[in-house]
Amino acid sequence: MNGVHDMGGMTCFGPVVREKDEPLFHAPWERRVFAMTMLGMGRVATLDGFRHAVERMDPAHYLESSYYEHWLTAFEALALEKGLLTQEELASGLASTTKISDQPPLPPEAVPVVVSHGAPCSRKTGRQKPRFNVGDRVTTKNLNPTGHTRLPRYVRGRAGEIHIVHGTFVYPDTNAHSQGERPQPLYCVRFDARELWGPNAARRDHLYIDLWEDYLTPVESSQPATKKPRVIQKAKITSTKKATSVRKAAATKPTAKKPQAKGKTVITKRTAQRS
Amino acid sequence: MSTQHDDHDHHSAGPDPRTLKHHTPAQTQALEERVRKIETLLVAKGLVNPATLDKMAETYEHDLGPMNGARVVARAWTDPAYKKRLLTNATAAIGELGFSGLQGEHMVVVENTPKVHNVVTCTLCSCYPWPVLGLPPTWYKSAPYRSRIVIEPRSVLREFGTDLDESVEIRVWDSSAEIRYMVLPERPRGTERMNEADLAQLVTRDAMIGVTKVTTKS
Repeated sequence: MNGVHDMGGMTCFGPVVREKDEPLFHAPWERRVFAMTMLGMGRVATLDGFRHAVERMDPAHYLESSYYEHWLTAFEALALEKGLLTQEELASGLASTTKISDQPPLPPEAVPVVVSHGAPCSRKTGRQKPRFNVGDRVTTKNLNPTGHTRLPRYVRGRAGEIHIVHGTFVYPDTNAHSQGERPQPLYCVRFDARELWGPNAARRDHLYIDLWEDYLTPVESSQPATKKPRVIQKAKITSTKKATSVRKAAATKPTAKKPQAKGKTVITKRTAQRS
Repeated sequence: MSTQHDDHDHHSAGPDPRTLKHHTPAQTQALEERVRKIETLLVAKGLVNPATLDKMAETYEHDLGPMNGARVVARAWTDPAYKKRLLTNATAAIGELGFSGLQGEHMVVVENTPKVHNVVTCTLCSCYPWPVLGLPPTWYKSAPYRSRIVIEPRSVLREFGTDLDESVEIRVWDSSAEIRYMVLPERPRGTERMNEADLAQLVTRDAMIGVTKVTTKS
């Protein structure tokens, strides 16, 4: 969605302000919110769904609240939406139902394993064959979904070049809305600063951003790129294809229709906050 | 309304209440109460174990942090074969030192040189390579940095005391997916005789984000 969280390129926020000797957590509640979200998020949403819940915050609240208030607001809202908690329970602190899961909660000794193993988002399923190669010129689509996306406004409708072919990853635009992981190729795309920001940007500077294949269209070109960048990642490199064969492949393989993301209500301060 | 104040020293100014979001005692109390209630509910419903909550917080308070990334950098500075592995398959190379996991499952390390300066952000939220740098500082997750680093990196870097010549190419990396980026800073001159452990002591979190360079001054 086109929310205030999508702030790349805004210049109204003033200087970067740093807190001297900043503690990891400013207060015990921040620490609890961090741990609770880490351990409880999986019950109410995917990581992508959680991010989208933060994006759905009231914009003024988002901008004026602290970071862990974002987590708290999103977690509460998702817990309510998924029926994990009720408004009455949040107000009273008393559970009306107990033991809602057969699965026992994670014990403390499982934490180091969970943390060190992580939750990889690469997949061997879905769309495995990348459409683009390192060095290919691409244009980002002008997508403006009402749901979750990781294509920021500042890179929409811009011409760039494939820098890394990362492999196939979970697609957040659907995964945030319980519409499936729909894994597809992910790329690091390079943009000239001037392409994004105009002629006053530094001639030499570049912006690199990771974009899913569904965000990209090929740039038609009769000549291949004259200078291919050095490959810097071990990710699978497909055989070098000429521009014409990519175009042919694109013409015969229409991209699947994207499911409409269902918009959810804005998470207001009032909705989430009960004390 | 704020405009670009490149020449002001913002480090000496007091914290801007708009951006530091400090709570009043009453607000903090209300938040503590609200969080306590949720935690009580989750425990009552058998969803979380309070001891596990503590263990999770402690892990990020003690076990993970920039000291991990500093070791990766120091190893790369002293071992050319390791550096090559780090730049071609960062996840595996970082894993060699025992660092891995949440928010670092897919790592890419980008190298600073005299001609190329890299800096990392997440304009959309706060994505950051936890296994090597721990949890991000508030400024990294806040509007001024996230919004301005992509459009005016030179100005933002100057606020950190990093002045780059116009001939240097700045590469800003926006962590929009689950790939996590870390900067391999340049090794400062005059450190040729230092051992790996001492070199690691020089490497700061800010240098691995890319907003500063590593210096020999602490």
